[in-house]
Amino acid sequence: MGEIFSYDFMVRALLAGLTVGVLCPAVGVFLVMRRYAFMADTLAHVSLAGVALGMILGISPSVTTLGVALAAALGIERLRAAGRLHGEAILALVMSSGLALAVVLISLARGFNVDVMGYLFGSILTVGPGDLLLILVVGAVVLGLLAFFYKELFFIAFDEECARVTGLPVDRLNVLFILLVALTVSVAARVVGILLVSALMVIPVLTAQLLSGSFRRLFWFSLALGVTVCFWGLVLSYHLGTAPGGSIVLLTAALFVLAQGGTAVWRARQRRRLATATEEKLPLVKLEGRTSGP
Amino acid sequence: MNPVVEVRDLFFSYGEEMVLEQIDLTVARGDFLALMGPNGSGKTTLVKLILGLLKPLSGEVRLFGCPVDRFRQWYRVGYVPQKATSFDTRFPATVEEVVSAGRYGRLGPGRRPGKDDRRAVEEALELVGLGGAGHRTVGNLSGGQQQRVFIARALVGQPELLVLDEPAVGLDSRALESFYALLERLNRDMGITLITVSHDTGTVARRVGKVACINRRLICHGAPSQVLTTANLARLYGIPVRRVVHGHQTTP
Repeated sequence: MGEIFSYDFMVRALLAGLTVGVLCPAVGVFLVMRRYAFMADTLAHVSLAGVALGMILGISPSVTTLGVALAAALGIERLRAAGRLHGEAILALVMSSGLALAVVLISLARGFNVDVMGYLFGSILTVGPGDLLLILVVGAVVLGLLAFFYKELFFIAFDEECARVTGLPVDRLNVLFILLVALTVSVAARVVGILLVSALMVIPVLTAQLLSGSFRRLFWFSLALGVTVCFWGLVLSYHLGTAPGGSIVLLTAALFVLAQGGTAVWRARQRRRLATATEEKLPLVKLEGRTSGP
Repeated sequence: MNPVVEVRDLFFSYGEEMVLEQIDLTVARGDFLALMGPNGSGKTTLVKLILGLLKPLSGEVRLFGCPVDRFRQWYRVGYVPQKATSFDTRFPATVEEVVSAGRYGRLGPGRRPGKDDRRAVEEALELVGLGGAGHRTVGNLSGGQQQRVFIARALVGQPELLVLDEPAVGLDSRALESFYALLERLNRDMGITLITVSHDTGTVARRVGKVACINRRLICHGAPSQVLTTANLARLYGIPVRRVVHGHQTTP
């Protein structure tokens, strides 16, 4: 396995992957708990329009992607705060319009030799030193702000109305949070691709949710899972020659299935143990049941 | 001394339909007030207006003498929302995590709860009879226990005013008794001003100091024995309200 680290591009890929592996679930925890998991997917699809825009304008797609994702995020939050439409309907609206814009822009940019596949499914192996720097800086900023507002974001996720009555600046924190989501989506798309970025934000959290009874544990467990799948997904893809983004997400999904199966078996066993325990304690009930039979 | 809550000539509508009309209400320090009225009478709306969660069409709400939109001392207010609409039992959070959130407004961002906060959480849990349950997951508790967790969260910031929206929904009669005993203790022994919302007049009326009956307008306001007359209850629940209150002047 050591040979992986002898390639510069592989080291950069791993560093980018690990950063995104921490970042995505850290933001995703709050998204999932607010039942806003679909938000990541929406912003990811919209950011495809940013990629095409960058191509047409001749600017780095990293910059335009970020701009478009931030604009979409603010638009979604304003519509949501107005409270006249359902959250998921707003997401469907923005996602389909954004995707349509992306398709039209890509068709206009055809002459520019756009590598659409690379953006759709990620191109972590082509992460250059400049890209890596951007990912690390964005990662540090997002994680720093999440740490600073951790307990406020938890309260808003648990009970937004009560958080308001406690005097928290809920509206401003909501705007800040959605900007953090947009930042995260735009850098994570580089690693796992636009189509898969929401998987990395959502699935580790769902897996951790099956195994957590406290928010603290949910948070750290999600992060640990995110880092683990990003590392081993990359290593596996290197050895198997598979697509890195897809390998990472498949591994994440596999861990979810394992956790789901494991907790189901554990619960069934608990139930059986409880049933036998009550039977032993209450032999009369069992006896009555038998004698009153046919 | 300023009253805890002052509502002056308050009107509110969701779109076209007027939900609250010309509400005047004063809650003094140490009051134990029940807001009563049938479902859809505007009680919860009034609570949300008092807490600044909704903006009135016209009129004014003051908390501790300060207009609610400029009020900043939210640690003086505790709020227990309608449980069913505000809580997802699949949310993994421990009792301690939920209760200590009641101190976040005072704590400010970037600061972790300290020793004082942890002690306040434990005291609030003792007070509601959940001492030592801090590590348990809220979603695994019974309905009555969950209700007490949310009361503890509202109490942990040591509020002077506690507002509870339909706190008794889903409690059986025994839990209900101990619940109202707790509210009485908070009011009498700790001097906390209480506003509780209820759609049933039975149990609540025997326990509270004052009632305010609301059905779009303030129908009556005062001590339960004086206010809950057959005539008033008929106006509150029985007869179509629109016709009865037409042209009626409320005198608080």
